[in-house]
Amino acid sequence: MRDEATFRVKAGLAEMLKGGVIMDVVTPEQARIAESAGAVAVMALERVPADIRRDGGVARMSDPAMIKGIEEAVTIPVMAKARIGHFAEAQVLEALEVDYIDESEVLTPADEANHIDKWASRIPFVCGATNLGEALRRIGEGAAMIRSKGEAGTGDIVEAVRHMRRIGSEIRRLATLDETELATAAKELQAPPDLVRGVARDGRLPVVLFCAGGIATPADASLMMQLGAEGLFVGSGIFKADDPEARGRAIVEATTHFADPERVARASEGLGPAMVSLETRALGDEQLLARRGW
Amino acid sequence: MLVGVLALQGGFAAHARMLRALGAEVREVRVPADLEGLDGLVLPGGESTTMTLGIEREGLAEPLRVLIGAGTPVFGTCAGLIMLDRAHLGLMDIESRRNAFGRQVRSFEADLDFPDLDGPPMRAVFIRAPWIASHGPGVEILAEVDGHAVAARQESRLVVSFHPELGDDVRLHARFLDDVRARAEG
Repeated sequence: MRDEATFRVKAGLAEMLKGGVIMDVVTPEQARIAESAGAVAVMALERVPADIRRDGGVARMSDPAMIKGIEEAVTIPVMAKARIGHFAEAQVLEALEVDYIDESEVLTPADEANHIDKWASRIPFVCGATNLGEALRRIGEGAAMIRSKGEAGTGDIVEAVRHMRRIGSEIRRLATLDETELATAAKELQAPPDLVRGVARDGRLPVVLFCAGGIATPADASLMMQLGAEGLFVGSGIFKADDPEARGRAIVEATTHFADPERVARASEGLGPAMVSLETRALGDEQLLARRGW
Repeated sequence: MLVGVLALQGGFAAHARMLRALGAEVREVRVPADLEGLDGLVLPGGESTTMTLGIEREGLAEPLRVLIGAGTPVFGTCAGLIMLDRAHLGLMDIESRRNAFGRQVRSFEADLDFPDLDGPPMRAVFIRAPWIASHGPGVEILAEVDGHAVAARQESRLVVSFHPELGDDVRLHARFLDDVRARAEG
């Protein structure tokens, strides 16, 4: 009579995170700071994207001991990242009972043809997308939450804006098509036709849509929420800033009050320098993480 | 009939959709001024730690105590149940245990017997859900899972530890709106 790990249960947790900020943390201490700054969940990883970028090499799932330490440190949900296609890492994260798995382009992909079969896991998955077709392919594979990819570890919001605008405008376009045109659109989007019809009917994705990759300030948070994000992932933007707790708090406040410029202004005051940032346009193609996954 | 939904964070949009479908006018509540003139209030699910911090930041605790203390009907789901307990807003004589069923992997849905409602059992979605570990004499327990209280009423306050807003069973929302209407007209 009790059904665990149904799609409704998986997607439902994301519903409860809406309007909130999920923060990258690398230690239990940072997890506690994130929780007291108002994070709705933490993403446990060994290095934030800015450091992965700096260090180079292969980026993998984090040490289970570190993830367990973070699970013990906080009561909010704990997420962790597996490499694209690395279903064994996902199985390990399931054994650790993390609350959400991010099949993430921030780590080095393990399979260049296949994403993880997310229906097979009892843990819900969040996946990145740069456009609607990619989002619907991930949902077709069982993802229970989508985040726009942006360009992680840069502190540059331009890619997040590009991806969120693209997803939004592709959703709006579907609503104008008739049944015949929707079949063609599904082919063009390379997405499951039933999901395409659902999006056309409802005017939104069937799962929660967050934004990630490049958010560094309260105004960035407000921008992405106004562009249609239902919540935010902030990676390097908090713990690579001068005063992480104050910045975390400010981004949380600006996410709740995204439509109120006076509140966003007040939240932005006196935070000190943001993270050291990279202009995405100055990066070479091989340095762009959003190109990973398809 | 104007119903507020606390919208600091969490499942407020799903509640708003369901309430609007049942004919209520809905206002999202983020600051104390948003509480003016409400006939009823929903405290949605979300992360109870985050929501507690938000209530503190916005100075909402006292205005909520005044509004709900005056008998305005309130419906709390999951984290909303926790917000009303003795350790938080202190508006219900219940002690809740957070994440009582365990981490997300233990989240579940089940058919819940709800003797208070007409019709078949309710399909209830429990997500990192709390339960009511103990309660005072003024609290009526409405439903249980494995002997743990997951729904209760105390005067005009109705709480459930699951998420009726995520399904398509509107009976609890309709019941809540009956209370709101009765008080608004009375």
